[in-house]
Amino acid sequence: MQLTREARCAHTRGAAGLSPFTRTLLTLCLIAAPALAGVLPEDRADVLWHSYNGGDITIQGPSVLVRKKVSDNLSLSANYYEDMISSASIDVKLSASPYHETRKQESVGADYLHGKSTYSAGFITSKEPDYKANTSYFSVSQDMFGDLTTLTLGYRRGWDRIYEDRKDSQTQQIVTDTIFYNGRPATADHRGYSLSLTQILTRNAILGFNYELLTDQGYLANPYRKIRYLSPGQGAGFTLADQVYPNTRTSNAASVQLKYYLPYRAALTGQYRFFHDTWGILAHTVELDYTHPAGKHWILESSLRYYTQKHADFYSDLFPRADYQNFMARDRELAAFHSYTLGAGASYQFMVPGVHWISKSSANLRVDHLLVDYSDFRNALLAGTYGAGNEPLYRLNANIFQVFVSIWF
Amino acid sequence: MKNRIAAIAALAIAVPALAGSASGPAPQFTLSARGGRDVSLAQYHGQVVMINFWASWCGPCRQEMPLLESIYKKYNKLGFTLLGVNVEPDSQAADDWLKATPVSFPILYDKESKVSKLYDVAGMPSTVIIDRRGKLRMLHRGYKPGDENEYLDSIRSLIRE
Amino acid sequence: MRVAPVKLMRAVTAALLLAALAGCAAPTPWVKPYEREHFADPIMSFNRDPVSSTYLQHVFETREGAHGATGSVGGGCGCN
Repeated sequence: MQLTREARCAHTRGAAGLSPFTRTLLTLCLIAAPALAGVLPEDRADVLWHSYNGGDITIQGPSVLVRKKVSDNLSLSANYYEDMISSASIDVKLSASPYHETRKQESVGADYLHGKSTYSAGFITSKEPDYKANTSYFSVSQDMFGDLTTLTLGYRRGWDRIYEDRKDSQTQQIVTDTIFYNGRPATADHRGYSLSLTQILTRNAILGFNYELLTDQGYLANPYRKIRYLSPGQGAGFTLADQVYPNTRTSNAASVQLKYYLPYRAALTGQYRFFHDTWGILAHTVELDYTHPAGKHWILESSLRYYTQKHADFYSDLFPRADYQNFMARDRELAAFHSYTLGAGASYQFMVPGVHWISKSSANLRVDHLLVDYSDFRNALLAGTYGAGNEPLYRLNANIFQVFVSIWF
Repeated sequence: MKNRIAAIAALAIAVPALAGSASGPAPQFTLSARGGRDVSLAQYHGQVVMINFWASWCGPCRQEMPLLESIYKKYNKLGFTLLGVNVEPDSQAADDWLKATPVSFPILYDKESKVSKLYDVAGMPSTVIIDRRGKLRMLHRGYKPGDENEYLDSIRSLIRE
Repeated sequence: MRVAPVKLMRAVTAALLLAALAGCAAPTPWVKPYEREHFADPIMSFNRDPVSSTYLQHVFETREGAHGATGSVGGGCGCN
């Protein structure tokens, strides 16, 4: 069973294990007795159906969220999410066989308001046959400078267990094998430290800034993907071999968002994110969004996102020979590419007649079209026609649909 | 060392929390009110006046309104009045909300934020209580369920003066 | 537990005192609480539909090398 990265994303959002600095900051937040206070998130419930279709992969599923204040200071939330994957992607076709799989994710969270500080904590668990991931997070958010500024510090910790599925040749059943990495069952450990700041600039503009430091350790590769190296005269001119990844990764990401209120009631958002890690990946993300209410009931949205990435140091589409270097990967997520995403959404706000405990509700539709242009990842399935290393560069087109209903109470 | 930091910081944060008392004569003003006529603070000299600065877009303000309505109904005949000063430049949203959640106390429109500035409104909602002689006696910023008890204590003692 | 270098401890002290002073000696908020109606408007929220934005972030993170720095909190309406 081929497993692509999309099937095993562990949503990271932090956890316990506090540094002395964090402990001190938390202590003083607890002691403060403010005259003013912040506001907890609204009570709501959302039911969403998502669908991704592109590159011969289809992933669909539900996402259900419920959030409710259980007292004046405490808000609880829970989310159930599924990815039902049907994959015959280019990677699957190259070195495995098409598969179907479901990934289930459950998460719970709590937000506690004490004066101007909000403490949030939560736990996320993701399960699929060959990947189990648990993440916990903790963050503190503080309003300051007359509530024009909000500072948030967060910590998250993730623990993953990675397995490998294969089809038993005799029984034809899928068997989940333990991967042995450095003599022990394969695991991965993730830690994230984040700092966020939101700042009201003027009556019409607000600025957001985020910085995140992430460290990953352990088995970080995809067990199903393979590298290829030139082997003239053999097969299609190349031979597949196992990937070898480093066992650590440290990443830095920083982003800025600016939201501006237009006088006729509309919002314009500009975002930029910078990413760099110890694997040599350098990425820039730029996004522009426009939100336009129309009439009493409609809110329309459109967005354009541009993403560009330089490949990881140990990535290559085609290595010159076997065991060319210590670390080798051909995962297209680590390749050099540009991507464009064009999105549009429509939201219809309405009141449910006769049901008084629902204060408002909305029906929403969102469509995004994703276009990825790889600069150094080739369609290896065409090696027979073009020769290994001369195949056309791979291009991916995908359509993403979201349909959801939200109610507030 | 860490304890010292925590202590300094905690003290510095705790200090402003104590702020909230008000003093001196209440600034005079006249604003147009719901129903068309103009209302001025001077009209209520001799009564205990509670001014609540609110906006329809502010969640805690909306939450507080029904409680203010019951306070007004209870104490109005004892020489107490409540003025709801709406701070929105465009009163349409406030009027729409009041249609759904009506109140019987006067609603004044501070469209140019003149009175908000006069009273140095530093939080939404903000409530001030003025005694029978026109002096500021209480300033309360924000609203959390339970705050109405503070208002009631203040009103009861000021009515007796 | 590692002992933090002296320079780092000084920076931390400075940051904490600054945060603490934010309560009492802060610059007067140049956008008054009663002028923040736009930030209470859902269209000005950084995260209006969390289920939807979380899902899209997930779609990108699984296909790209970059991740992180996507969350954004706050944007207070000045209430409470």
